[in-house]
This record gives sequence, structure tokens and C-alpha cells, in this order.
Amino acid sequence: MEVNKKDTLANPLAVEVAGVELKNPVIPASGCFGYGYGMTDYYDVDILGSISFKGTTLHPRFGNPLPRVAECTAGMINSVGLQNPGIDAVIAEELPKMREVFHGPIIANISGFAIDEYTECCRKITGEKQVEIIELNVSCPNVHGGGMSFGTSAKSVAEVVTAVKKVTTLPLVIKLTPNVTDIVEIAKAAEDAGADGLCLINTMLGMRIDLKTRKPVVANVMGGFSGQAVFPVAVRMVYQVSNACSIPVIGCGGVNSAEDVLEMMMAGAKAVEVGTANLINPWACRDIIEALPAAMAKYGINSLREL
Amino acid sequence: MIQENIDTRYVVADNRWIGKNTMMMLLEGPTGHFTAPGQFVNIAVPGFTLRRPISVCDIQGDMLTIVYDVVGHGTDALSKLKQGDVLDVLPALGNGFDMSKCGERPVLLGGGVGCPPIYSLAKNLLEKDILPTVILGFNSDDRMIMIEQFENLDVPFYVATVDGSYGQKGFVTDVMKVENIDSDYFYACGPLPMLKALCSQLSIPGQVSLEARMACGFGVCMCCSIENRNGAKRICKDGPVFDKEDLIWK
Repeated sequence: MEVNKKDTLANPLAVEVAGVELKNPVIPASGCFGYGYGMTDYYDVDILGSISFKGTTLHPRFGNPLPRVAECTAGMINSVGLQNPGIDAVIAEELPKMREVFHGPIIANISGFAIDEYTECCRKITGEKQVEIIELNVSCPNVHGGGMSFGTSAKSVAEVVTAVKKVTTLPLVIKLTPNVTDIVEIAKAAEDAGADGLCLINTMLGMRIDLKTRKPVVANVMGGFSGQAVFPVAVRMVYQVSNACSIPVIGCGGVNSAEDVLEMMMAGAKAVEVGTANLINPWACRDIIEALPAAMAKYGINSLREL
Repeated sequence: MIQENIDTRYVVADNRWIGKNTMMMLLEGPTGHFTAPGQFVNIAVPGFTLRRPISVCDIQGDMLTIVYDVVGHGTDALSKLKQGDVLDVLPALGNGFDMSKCGERPVLLGGGVGCPPIYSLAKNLLEKDILPTVILGFNSDDRMIMIEQFENLDVPFYVATVDGSYGQKGFVTDVMKVENIDSDYFYACGPLPMLKALCSQLSIPGQVSLEARMACGFGVCMCCSIENRNGAKRICKDGPVFDKEDLIWK
């Protein structure tokens, strides 16, 4: 869909991330919306600012054993483990179906276990119609010895960003893990290595134990904690990173309402990803978009770009 | 098909104990989206993050019947709901049983809290003028549920209990042997060990309904995936009912 600059400026919900215009700041987060077409039973997904598709690796992955999910107060733990059909199947089978229902800019969420896997995936996805941003997942806590180690070390984040920038012309957004001592250090390393944007936060490493069996609830023992409970942590980290870096930040973590979107943007985010909320209310993103104008009016915001 | 206006508001019409550990809830709300017996609903329980997926036992007009075991905090909270309470329910999830493959003499096998969707299936088959044989299995007589409802269906009906306190002692497969049940197709819902045993012991083709801890229940989170002969499948969206031939047992 051709974005008309004049229309965008007239649209109070319009935002810009890493040079890409979005008609509104609401983006379903990777892993919480599939490839979009599975949600059309519930609403027309073309209303979304963008969609970050399910985390994709070079090779197909089944992921972790069941159970993969645990209930938490105001949140949940998942240990899906990057189940996906692999980049070739995503390009051949999933993207065409996604393009049938969504005509805006697509965010390609890419994961890997070695630098050459990241670069190979990013090279393959570059040039695919509608894919306008690559979101590099350096933070999935579910893969042993893999994604986690990239995202928890400034040096390895810099290495993977440098390598990927050489193979793609697309804006590169790095999705950061909150499971680090100093998020600003990691964010700056990504920026210095040439990242065009940052997305934070991914899930926090968590665990539940079943009192009856005295064993962990999820088969993989630990998993990623997400949902409303993590929102204050996400706001804090978005605030810290936005103040320390000059590249745009996409806020993510526990967003559940239009007010949450505004709060995240006041913390410094240029756009906002909605994750777990979709799993509980399939209409979550639609509801948030519809509620934004009234929420903006309530707080005297004429345009999201002024935040 | 875009269903912008799926109404997820259901009113509790009844909620009562029907067994030692089991409750039956009647929910008044839209039932038009359901396409097959064996589909489930995903219920937002006030105070809990994740919805609770529960199979549908019966549909009559705008009334849904669900049956659930009270096993944890979520179902305990469900058990305390009263007539008139309002619930947010995602209806008509999953594929349900494929009745077109049922053959001429289907046998329906239910175990424990897996019996309720078998009731719905039996009713639907009868409406198609197909007479199923129903065999239910329970651990003991104090865990039995819905016996009267099944008896009232007026189909060949048998019960097995593991401890022999009611009906045939043993499992549903023991009833098949002892009663010499002649069937050309089976449908089953129950605990995993029962389904595994059925798939390995029965030579006839059939379908089984699986369950798993779920997050979304509509196919996007991948929390309930299994590997079958056609690759990775989501129990919530590609199932919960799968052909016996497609399942891989470990």
C-alpha cells in the first residue's frame, strides 16, 4: 500500500519507525499473532500498523516438549522454543497468505543460533514484497546456548548486528532481552554497530512449580514470562534506552490498552507491540486502535507524533 | 470469514456438581458458530490470565452444556460461579469430530471427563440415523458421570470401571472384547494412556480427541503443538480431533 505523506501527517495515529511509516503504532508482537491470516476469523487485520511475524529460523524447528505454558498472576510463561517452518517455507507458503490479508509493512522477526544463520535468513527475506523491517530476535530465552547468549552480551550483539547489516538493505531493529544487568549497555552496542532501531522488551525468564507434582509446570523447566505484570519493567527499560540512544525504540511488554500505548510512547517508544493480550482477547489490537482517539483526547494529545 | 461481532458474553444458567470431582455448567449465549461435536470453548475465568479450554457436551437452542473436573485454582473458581454470572467465552474452537467417516457401526469410547464430548457426538450421530455403541470408562463408581443421560439416548451402552465397582472390571477395551463389539470405526476422548492404548489395540480406523495446556486456543501461540505424520499440528486449531492414522505415539 502506497503511503501518502500528506495523508500520514493528517492522520493523528500515524507514526514512523526506522524510516517506515505506520498508519498507527499498534503492532502484534512476534509469536502472538502467527502470520496474521489465522486472526481473520476475528477481525480485518488490515487495520494494524504492522505485524511482526512468528520468529523464523534458517531451519524448521518443532520447539520444546509440552506443556509449554504456565499460568501466572497477571501473566503467563511460555516455552514454545521458536517453533517455525524455517525461512524457506515462510517465504514460499506463509508470506503469500499473509499478504492476502495484510497490505501494510510487515516486520520479519528473525532468530538464529549462529551468526551465519542470522545472515542467511536476513539475506533471504530481503527484497520480499511488503517486508519493510527486519526485527532481529537476540533474546529468546528458550533455546539453550542460542539466542540468549547473543542478547546478553554487548560484544555478541554488536557482532550479529554488524554481520547482518552487511547482507541487508532493510532497516534493522534489534529485539532485546530484559534478562541483563544493564540494558543500556546492550542497546548502545547495537546502535554503535549500526542498528536502525530497537524493540524492547522480550519475555523475562520465569518459572512455576506444580505443588502437587513438585515439578516445574513447563516441560522445559523455565520459560518466558509475559503479560500485564511485566509492563512497568518494559516502560522503565524503554525510558532508559530511549534516553541513552538516538535510534527509535519499539515498546513491547504487557501492553493491554490504549492508555498503555500512550504510556509506552511517553516513555520514548515510537511504536508499540502487543503480545500476550492477543492470546487472551483475540480482538486486543483492534480494541486498542479503536480506543486510541478517545484516550488521546482525554490526555490532550493531538497527534501521536508529538509524544 | 470475518466475524467482527462474535458475541463472547455467556450467562451461567446452571452450575452444579454431577460427580465427586466434576461439575456441569449450562451457559446461555450464541451457539450458531458451532459446526461439529467435539469442538471446545475457551473460558476467561475472572481473576486468571489464561482462558480455560473445555469441550462442549451438548448444545440445545441457545444453551451450551459443559462438564469439567475441578482440578486447580481456575476450575475451582469456575465451580463457584452462580446462576446469572456472566462469562467471556470464545465459542466454537477446534475442528470437532468428522462424522462423515463414521462407517455403519461406529463405537464411541469415553474416559472420565472425556465422556461429555462423546455425548454430543452420540446425539449428533443419532440425528443422522446412525446408531452408535457407547462405552464409557471410569476409575471407580464414585467417579462416574452422565450415566443417566447416556442411558436415555437409547443406544447400546456399556460402562467399565478400573476397580470393578460398576459394570465391566477393567478398561473400555475389555468391554469390546467381552461383549464382542462388532464395529467398523471408533471415536474416542479421554486420558492420554487410554487413547494410546486404543490406537495400538484397535484394528479399526478412528478418531481421537486430544487435550493439552493451551494459551490462546485459536492457533497463534503454538503452546499446544504436537508432531504427527503430517508435521507439526496445533491441538487447538488443527485438532483437537485427529485421525488415529496420523498420530505418532511416543
